[in-house]
Amino acid sequence: MSTPLLSIKGLTKVYPGVVANSDVTFDIGEGEVHALLGENGAGKSTLVKAIYGLIRPNEGTMEWRGQPYAPSAPAQARATGVAMVFQHFSLFDAMDVAENVALGMDNPPPIRELAAQIRKVSNDYGLPLDPDRLVGDLSAGERQRVEIIRCLLQNPQLLIMDEPTSVLTPQEVEILFKTLRQLRAEGRSILYISHKLEEIRALCENATVLRLGKVVGRADPRQESARSLAEMMVGQTLHTPSRETPDFGKPLLEVSDLSVASPSAFGTALKGINLTVRAGEILGIGGVAGNGQDELLGALSGEIRAPSGMVRMAGEPVGQYGPTARRAMGLLCAPEERLGHAAAPDMSLTENALLTGAWRERLVNKGFVNWGKAKGFAETIIKRFDVRTPGPHVAARALSGGNLQKFVIGREILQRPSVLVVNQPTWGVDASAAAAIRQALLDLAQGGAAVVVISQDLDEILEISDNFAALNGGRLSAPRPVQGLTMDQIGLMLGGAEGDTDVAA
Amino acid sequence: MLRLEKRPSPSKAWNFATPIVAVLLTMIAGGILFAILGKNPFEAIKLIFWDPLFSEQFAAYSRPQLLVKAGPLILIAVGLSIGFRAGIWNIGAEGQYIIGALCAAAVALGFYPGEGWYIFPLMIVAGAAGGWAWAMIPAILKTRFNTNEILVSLLLVYVAEKLLAAAATGFMRNPQGAGFPGSRNIHQYAPASNQELIVGTGLHWGVVAAFVAVIFAYILLQRHILGFHVQLAGQAPRAARFAGVAPTRLVLMCMGLSGAFAGMAGMFEVSGPARLISIDFNAGYGFTAIIVAFLGRLHPVGIVLAGLLLALTYIGGELAQFMLNLPAAAIQVFQGMLLFFLLALDVLSNYRILLALPGRNPEAA
Amino acid sequence: MDFGSINPVVLIATLMVAATPILLAAIGELVVEKAGVLNLGVEGMMIVGAVSGFAASVTTGSPYLGMLAAIVAGALVALIFAVLTQILMANQVASGLALTLFGLGFSALLGQSYVGIVPPRTEKLNFGFLSDLPVVGRILFGHDILVYVSLAVVAGTWWWLNNTRGGRVLRAVGENHDSAHALGYKVKRVRILAILFGGGCAGLGGAYLSLVRVPQWTEGMTAGAGWIALALVVFASWRPWRVLLGAYLFGGIMVLQLNLQAAGFRIPVEYLAMSPYLITILVLVVMSSNRARTSLSAPGSLGRSFHAAG
Repeated sequence: MSTPLLSIKGLTKVYPGVVANSDVTFDIGEGEVHALLGENGAGKSTLVKAIYGLIRPNEGTMEWRGQPYAPSAPAQARATGVAMVFQHFSLFDAMDVAENVALGMDNPPPIRELAAQIRKVSNDYGLPLDPDRLVGDLSAGERQRVEIIRCLLQNPQLLIMDEPTSVLTPQEVEILFKTLRQLRAEGRSILYISHKLEEIRALCENATVLRLGKVVGRADPRQESARSLAEMMVGQTLHTPSRETPDFGKPLLEVSDLSVASPSAFGTALKGINLTVRAGEILGIGGVAGNGQDELLGALSGEIRAPSGMVRMAGEPVGQYGPTARRAMGLLCAPEERLGHAAAPDMSLTENALLTGAWRERLVNKGFVNWGKAKGFAETIIKRFDVRTPGPHVAARALSGGNLQKFVIGREILQRPSVLVVNQPTWGVDASAAAAIRQALLDLAQGGAAVVVISQDLDEILEISDNFAALNGGRLSAPRPVQGLTMDQIGLMLGGAEGDTDVAA
Repeated sequence: MLRLEKRPSPSKAWNFATPIVAVLLTMIAGGILFAILGKNPFEAIKLIFWDPLFSEQFAAYSRPQLLVKAGPLILIAVGLSIGFRAGIWNIGAEGQYIIGALCAAAVALGFYPGEGWYIFPLMIVAGAAGGWAWAMIPAILKTRFNTNEILVSLLLVYVAEKLLAAAATGFMRNPQGAGFPGSRNIHQYAPASNQELIVGTGLHWGVVAAFVAVIFAYILLQRHILGFHVQLAGQAPRAARFAGVAPTRLVLMCMGLSGAFAGMAGMFEVSGPARLISIDFNAGYGFTAIIVAFLGRLHPVGIVLAGLLLALTYIGGELAQFMLNLPAAAIQVFQGMLLFFLLALDVLSNYRILLALPGRNPEAA
Repeated sequence: MDFGSINPVVLIATLMVAATPILLAAIGELVVEKAGVLNLGVEGMMIVGAVSGFAASVTTGSPYLGMLAAIVAGALVALIFAVLTQILMANQVASGLALTLFGLGFSALLGQSYVGIVPPRTEKLNFGFLSDLPVVGRILFGHDILVYVSLAVVAGTWWWLNNTRGGRVLRAVGENHDSAHALGYKVKRVRILAILFGGGCAGLGGAYLSLVRVPQWTEGMTAGAGWIALALVVFASWRPWRVLLGAYLFGGIMVLQLNLQAAGFRIPVEYLAMSPYLITILVLVVMSSNRARTSLSAPGSLGRSFHAAG
């Protein structure tokens, strides 16, 4: 075989207290789509940051076409021919597309020329884009196009894509894959990072599997089953959540024609949302990020007020109430952003237990806090939800993402909600913790609560929900039973085509 | 090369140690400053920090002054600290202090020369109400129109100063004052006078109010859910909204409280140590209180200590001015440096400083 | 009362002079805020600039050397702020306040021996016959060099921010520092340079106050000009030309107010003297009341500390 494009030898990166990468070795060939596979926290991001020159490894070397390669800054990596599409886009909302593209280039041409180039390249690769539009007004899919075009204009030899499909509808994923195959046909290499096995099997010819910073397997994904890849990635057999046949009770949460503006400048307003969740039911709400998920959670939690009749709890209008009153009635929520929204980063777990548990757990008496009781509540959460931490005095920011998520979900579940709304309940959580959280949600519904799960992880929604609805541009599709739903139908719902059965292709 | 690494949890030890280290560093830097000004640094530091309390020559006069100066500083700083914790920046306490004094003086002058036990309490209410109302302007503008409370509260200081000037030279001028600016002497008008409660201590009603405020703030912050919400709003505003804290109500509460405290401080000052409304009635307590609040780590007990220390620098500064001919502004510089060192050292509470060896950690550069 | 004594041509010419200090300070602060940093120490940097410029020009006899010294002094004070907020991760609001408190004291200390002295004159530029033209001559061609410099700084800042790579990077850093870092830009370096620029501008603005506008040194002579400059940046929605408009509007108010005082307008001077501050507040209210617009034009990362992990 010829010299690989990039070969990584014994790469190690240590952060205080964490070994992010340990002795990682693999090659990427010319014109190869190489998958880097692993769970959240397996060390994928650290590895690509090293390749892109954002961090320097403690040990190990890299070679580019046989020559030593040790980028000290992204500019150097770009000059060599490495380009990167970030998982969380490195874009600037208040600037237009052309300016955003220029910022990612080392020697950008004058803006007018660049705009013409953007039009041309975006059409060549089937990713149409208007260079004069403000990035803040673009959809998640269009924002990703900006990133990709920015990379393509530099004529890269190696394109790194970090979880590119997490923000795309199935149809948009198809368009992206077409573009990526076109790039491969031109002889470019792609390092494709994902934890979605089906995608990797459809796209990549080589895979390196990381677990806890180490390479634990190499494979040709086309030859493997999704199950064998998953076992390599997770390293254990997974416990699949289980539940008995659903038996729904009375409607507990009813939302009718809910329309509210977004509190943030580039947010999505909710438009005429209707939904009903009955006791014992789990409603899964899918959708690409930025289509109104945060706003929907805010409107249900009470952070965003609405005219009273638009939101009802067990028949009572609650739209005009704030979070405290809604909590008192049994409507609890767990937002997506753990640090800063669901929990205060610099406060202890005891204080964070008080944050939402104050009234329902009677941690407050006539306005005075019973700190002993609050500590007890925190300890109960830690114990019941297996939160790994030295104790309730620890600051929330010191916990790993998965442990803090268990704490946040546990805090709400232990308050015996009659309606629980969660946004991205297992985002960034390792597989076993994710399974535990899903099981807890199922148990809660089993016990007679109504549960709304907002998630961008379709597999998760399909696994635990009874009904499925999709958010698109602030509108919610009519919910449908998950049983018998095809991927095509889901794709159409996510894309905003309202779900008449005859539309499904 | 040095490198900062965020601590998983803030360091409690450094939280206590930084104010002390900051004071020591300020003494060193201040000593250098005094040396540059041609004064003996050791003598100057001793004169500022030691002699007001312990020298036979000055202590008799200076010691009571400590409480006289610390009273308003602590009272204002306690109010400010609650807002600062919530991320609500009332930096116009100086203006609220002036308006509080003007309102209280208006009550006193209105009753003059009448008698009545109720005059003094009424003045306290008027002072608090005046400061509260003046602070409500930035608060309401912020909640209704999203206007920056820092700029508005600060600009209102200048407006208050002009009002003070108008009062001293115009509508509050002593009709028997032979045309000199300044109001009647309120301190000498018995029903309105804020007297020294125990002779020789400097203890007056304002000091009592300051300590009541400290206890109130302590209970609020440590034991009450409102205090928890204040801190939550400051540290994680989004989490606070999620917890059910209404930002509007919090802004009104914090601004109102700090304004009322500052107004009361102004009231006790005009009826006591300052004696009357004059053009230069305000001595910068409203601004120095900001330093006191930070130096005290926004903690009520810390603020008591910080208030006493800053009061000491005022008294010691005057002494140094008198004995060494040290410029009055030097003390202001001294206080400014104290805040600089404090802010600089704060990094140690939240970050570890690592000595990164160039060979091993190249990205530290 | 004699309104006839207020000559509109003279009024416009004087308002340009009156506006120049806050114009300079505000355009500097605009660049700082565009980089995502809120420096509330403008008042402190201005007054240190005022006293240093005054001292240096009295010592050297040249107002221009004084102005140069003011720029350096303003930048040096700003450097303290830069170290505190960018390297030591201190709170920007508190650090800005500290800068102002320190600056007021420090300037009083430095300026002790300069009270009551008359500084060397800053000559008006001679444009030959142009300066003698009616109306236009007085307004456009009758000023000292700094009035033109301040206009050039506004134009230059506008052009630089919108048409150069450096300007684009600065705006990107202010808009979203995490993204800028991910693209490999040196967030802290950009911000420190912006802070120094802001300090230099504020220092120069202060020196204009003590050398031309007043011209003499008195303690606390900036009297809130730095805070008005901060408000001006909000008024301008972070756009350079609007800063110019705002500064001249305020200049107009200040001059008019002084003229009314001189004309013996039947209101105590104190109330007239309040007007610039009250009008600043009023303008802030009007400009801020549209929440959506404010959050669109304000830099996205304004006031937030940046610390790169790893």
